[in-house]
Amino acid sequence: MDVNYIYPEFEIIRNMDRCISCRLCEKQCANEAHLFDAERKIMISDETKCVNCQRCVSFCPTRALKIVKSDCTLKENANWQNDTIREIYKQANSGGVLLSSMGTPKPLPVYWDRILLNASQVTNPPIDPLREPMETKVFLGKKPDSINRDKTGKIICTLPPQIELSMPLMFSAMSYGSISYNAHESLARAASKLGILYNTGEGGLHEDFYKYGANTIVQVASGRFGVHEDYLSSGAAIEIKMGQGAKPGIGGHLPGAKIVGDVSKTRMIPEGSDAISPAPHHDIYSIEDLRQLVFSLKEATQYKKPVIVKVAAVHNIAAIASGIARSGADIIAIDGYRGGTGAAPTRIRDNVGIPIELALAAVDSRLREEGIRNNVSLVVGGSIRSAADVVKAIALGADSCYIATAALLALGCHLCRTCQSGKCNWGIATQRADLVKRLNPDIGAKRLFNLMTAWQHEIKEIMGGMGINSIEALRGNRLMLRGVGLTSKELEILGIAHAGE
Amino acid sequence: MIINAENIKYDDLNTAIRNAKGNIELLNVCGQRFIASGMQDKRIIINGIPGNALGAYLNGGKINVKGNAQDAVGDTMNAGEIIIHGNIGDAAGYAMRGGSIFVKGNAGYRTGIHMKAYKEKVPLIVIGGTAGSFLGEYQAGGVIVVFGLNKKYKKIVSNFPGTGMHGGKMILRSNCKDIIFPKQVSVNPATTEELEEIKKIAEKYCDFFDEDINIIMNSPFTIITPNSNNPYKQLYVTN
Repeated sequence: MDVNYIYPEFEIIRNMDRCISCRLCEKQCANEAHLFDAERKIMISDETKCVNCQRCVSFCPTRALKIVKSDCTLKENANWQNDTIREIYKQANSGGVLLSSMGTPKPLPVYWDRILLNASQVTNPPIDPLREPMETKVFLGKKPDSINRDKTGKIICTLPPQIELSMPLMFSAMSYGSISYNAHESLARAASKLGILYNTGEGGLHEDFYKYGANTIVQVASGRFGVHEDYLSSGAAIEIKMGQGAKPGIGGHLPGAKIVGDVSKTRMIPEGSDAISPAPHHDIYSIEDLRQLVFSLKEATQYKKPVIVKVAAVHNIAAIASGIARSGADIIAIDGYRGGTGAAPTRIRDNVGIPIELALAAVDSRLREEGIRNNVSLVVGGSIRSAADVVKAIALGADSCYIATAALLALGCHLCRTCQSGKCNWGIATQRADLVKRLNPDIGAKRLFNLMTAWQHEIKEIMGGMGINSIEALRGNRLMLRGVGLTSKELEILGIAHAGE
Repeated sequence: MIINAENIKYDDLNTAIRNAKGNIELLNVCGQRFIASGMQDKRIIINGIPGNALGAYLNGGKINVKGNAQDAVGDTMNAGEIIIHGNIGDAAGYAMRGGSIFVKGNAGYRTGIHMKAYKEKVPLIVIGGTAGSFLGEYQAGGVIVVFGLNKKYKKIVSNFPGTGMHGGKMILRSNCKDIIFPKQVSVNPATTEELEEIKKIAEKYCDFFDEDINIIMNSPFTIITPNSNNPYKQLYVTN
């Protein structure tokens, strides 16, 4: 037997009583896991190609298909688990760095699930959001320390630029190239309709989407792809990407094979050339250098755009954020280690960084201690999964949340975690025209709109329960949170009491 | 229009430049950063020493510096021309996509890092003197020329030129016997055709800085190009 042999991870179960050999599964599968046996006139499967994206299952008109995890396993071993052994085979076979997609699937603690929310009883009664106005609007940006008036007593308004959001949520950075044109269009249209923002990522802004500029964050990363004067001026804010949660300390790398057509045009690099975005910005070695990039962008856009600095949540995040808050940046975005991505080295994704909950609490506390919390707004991402996570993040000190995986799920992603293949059957993480058109931007935008409106209702409901009618009054209100099953150290860092206290 | 930049902060100076009509001459510039950042169609003469990020995101026009300049000249520049009658600091032309930068003297580290090209946009950096380490690091397009004039005992370019290079071209006025290049680039003497191209660039340089074209052309030239535009293709295995 071949020493490298890896038994397929999934089995395609086809109920032959139901299968009508319509070949729809074959057409839907870009991985070519379904084949038609012309001689026997039946459908057959090649499990080695299946990524368990559930596309065929969803489209099978007779529900003849299901994908199950194979029960063919190696001898059980708590130390040397199946996945670990498979990874060793893959590397021994290829000599390659393991490359994965989306957030880490490892069972590391999710602190959101260990934090519980408060509700009003008897005194300070709850508020019914269906009956009374509830404010979920937030403004992101630097807030002034004092109000200045002229001689006649009129307020001198020199407010730094602000982003207005109808709810404390934004779609976080996913580049055109890593995701499709239709995915970007869905995000842009939904953001416009919702009164929130989406983020171009570092792949530039497609010319068709300049019209959504008021709802767009344009990103500047170390590779500076597609960055030029019009691009900077077209967005509502500029984000400098220093790092991302799924791969802190690692740069971006879009292979030349994906730099085709409009992706090449939007990134402003030739077709077929690798798009390499190195881990560091080679002109930034200090907070002073960061300040220089922040202000060069502000100068180029005449101080009309807030500048966001995005960093991954890492060990010294509080000190890093304190530096950024003094760099002239208006907003700090922190991405936790459960964050998703189109492609990241497996070892980095699963082992580097810290959870967003702890990072957020540490940063908010530190900035308050130093009296500079109002210098910046805080945006957090890295696996915000529900309205409850959003409310908990706000109460821990965030001004707004970034979501990406949840948005992709709304667009049809089934988290098969093979974005790097470029063969996304749901038309999201692909540039193949026949696959891209599977994602209808009308439907995509509608589904994103639905998801966000549903979350907004839930946020209002939870706030109402706490007797709070404005999201601003919830921010940093850690008295609304209690921990369950957490150690004293964890509670200390989160700055919350244990349930029952 | 003449603007005296003495004791003026960079943001006020840029506002004055934005509002100025016609040719602009700045006097007594002393370290003001971000001059002409993101501007286009301005013709500016700078007397004194501009600070970091001169002409960042520049989108056209012409900047002529009658002296030295500091770090990050022409960062992410898209179009236009910057002429420096002196030396420049580090990371000039970072991710530059179009236009040209001519430097009479020497350049610091990381000149032309991440330089790109796209269709008709082929950026050009010309260094009259020598260049520091990491010249053309991650270069993805465009042309970097170093003449090494008056280099005396120095090497024309310091350590690690072309690390991570995956596009574009570097032209060094030397046989480069004393330079160590990374594995991913090809190093060849200039062909007759390339010498013609170099001559055109040299003529422009001589025009700006009043140098002798014959002296410049009377030397071997080495061309550095990447072996592949997909340097990291074989690095990964899908997990």
